[in-house]
Amino acid sequence: MNKLKEVLHRLRPEFNKGGKYEKLRSTFDAIDTFLFVPGHTTHGGTHIKDGIDLKRTMFTVVIAMIPALLFGIWNVGYQHFRALGIESTLLENMIEGSIVVLPIVAVSYIVGLAVEFIFAQIRGHQVNEGFLVTGMLIPLCLPPSIPLWMVGVATAFTVVVCKEVFGGTGMNLLNPALTARVFLFFAYPAYMAGEYLSNGDFLWVAANRNDAVDGFSGATSLSLYGEGKVATASMWEMFVGLEQGSIGETSVLAILIGALILILTGIGSWRIIASVFIGGFAMGLMMNSLNSGLHLNNIYMAANPLSHLLMGGFAFGAVYMATDPVSAAQTNIGKIYYGLLIGAFTVILRVWNPAYPEGMMLAILLFNVLAPLIDYFVIDSNKKRRLARVK
Amino acid sequence: MSTTTAQPVVKEKRESIFSKKNRKLLTDPLDGNNPVTVQILGVCSALAVTVKLEPAFWMSVGLTFVTAFSNLFISVLRNTIPSRIRIIVQLAIVSLFVILVDQILKAYVYDISKTLSVFVGLIITNCIVMGRLEAFAMANKPIPSFIDGIGNGLGYGLILMVLAFFREILGSGSLFGFKIFEAAGIPFIGNGVMMIPAGAAILIGLLIWAQRARNGYRETE
Repeated sequence: MNKLKEVLHRLRPEFNKGGKYEKLRSTFDAIDTFLFVPGHTTHGGTHIKDGIDLKRTMFTVVIAMIPALLFGIWNVGYQHFRALGIESTLLENMIEGSIVVLPIVAVSYIVGLAVEFIFAQIRGHQVNEGFLVTGMLIPLCLPPSIPLWMVGVATAFTVVVCKEVFGGTGMNLLNPALTARVFLFFAYPAYMAGEYLSNGDFLWVAANRNDAVDGFSGATSLSLYGEGKVATASMWEMFVGLEQGSIGETSVLAILIGALILILTGIGSWRIIASVFIGGFAMGLMMNSLNSGLHLNNIYMAANPLSHLLMGGFAFGAVYMATDPVSAAQTNIGKIYYGLLIGAFTVILRVWNPAYPEGMMLAILLFNVLAPLIDYFVIDSNKKRRLARVK
Repeated sequence: MSTTTAQPVVKEKRESIFSKKNRKLLTDPLDGNNPVTVQILGVCSALAVTVKLEPAFWMSVGLTFVTAFSNLFISVLRNTIPSRIRIIVQLAIVSLFVILVDQILKAYVYDISKTLSVFVGLIITNCIVMGRLEAFAMANKPIPSFIDGIGNGLGYGLILMVLAFFREILGSGSLFGFKIFEAAGIPFIGNGVMMIPAGAAILIGLLIWAQRARNGYRETE
């Protein structure tokens, strides 16, 4: 490592203004700061207690995603062998899962970083670490059977249209990873919803239906409820994550470990995480009472409110996506409203709009757009309260 | 908005139809003063009719016809129209041409007219038509007005065709209904985003981005 540091140090003047490779400066900077702590220090009387910069923030989020990623890899392998009716060991599951998941992760990072580097180079910006999180979130919210080229297209789309158009990291209106998912959802609906692909592969399980054991269903809990059936997975299976779904979303347990990391380091807002869960639970209860009060006999409306929190991407969205500090509400009170509304709308979209089985994605994007409005009202009411006190 | 087209042509001397000024009237709306990407007019129909190239083509032809001839007639009448009722007079003339276009489309390309449905009728309220009448035809002579109408119709049509080209080739894998990917034997999966108006809105945005990057255009106060 020290050798490398020396090499980089020696090369630095070449990349500074007037140097031979001046044009490639942002690329050099990115590699340098990625490998080593930036050399610049603060000047003057600053009062920073903890120099937590973008890189450390982003890295903490990536670390918080590792439990979900590892469980996702294991579960992809586990579901694969379960579909084929083969007993498998932990190691076999991990290997089979890695074969499916790691290429998706690689494509997401390579395409995304390539686009980021090109833009930074053209605009003369620094490449920053914003994409590290997005690049990991994109694979985790996709089904395991997604074709790799679609991952690449969606990643390029989201980096350009969701981030760079608005000015790059920290300027985006919407969560970039969810934008990639929503793009795929509307662009290639056959690859993002339903049970099978046209070639007979299960969508949510990395296996072909012809090889599967009799009676194996490729439906997720959400799609079963969407068809008006009760989900077959038990609450415990949903909590641990032994069901089909997007790669990283199935295990609420692994996601809660990530949530703990985010909350303890102060990077994810506990207000948002808690209020999304509360909002979803409350709306689930409301659905129950509406159903029994009006005698609707709707199976989805009668679903246990807890199962809404455990099914699909609810926990994943609440912990990793709704908390995105750029696109969420900024005020503390606003964060609570923002979370409550996301939770409530997720359940509404799931239950009342069968065209969109995963309400979490659309609910978060909707309130990403409305977050500035929520902040506006919070600040406005605060002003009014304080003015009234003065009078 | 650049001001070149809005200026009244106040020249006493008879000028030729192909004078520099008139040629500018024709070419300006194609790029530097495009009604869709620069003035952001007529976006609604640009999102609605550009799923396929063929309807987009007929829509462009229809709009060019309507803008050109209503510009011409309003310009002829411009000194006799009382200014307080000018909008209603303009609407009467525009609707005459819109009905003409609608009937012709129904008679000769019935399928296209069904695809375009209400959007042909809505040319009456198209901001480009009304905008050219108010900003140009009411203050200029008939021939330049006619040319201005054709120019703006073509500027609108150009954007429509570019949008429809990308939407049809990415969404349906065809051009003017001809399945090129199928013919070339390349497997193709249609992109659903291109089939919905949201995709067209994103494409227009990218188009404006590309145009502004090339021309160095900046929004000014």
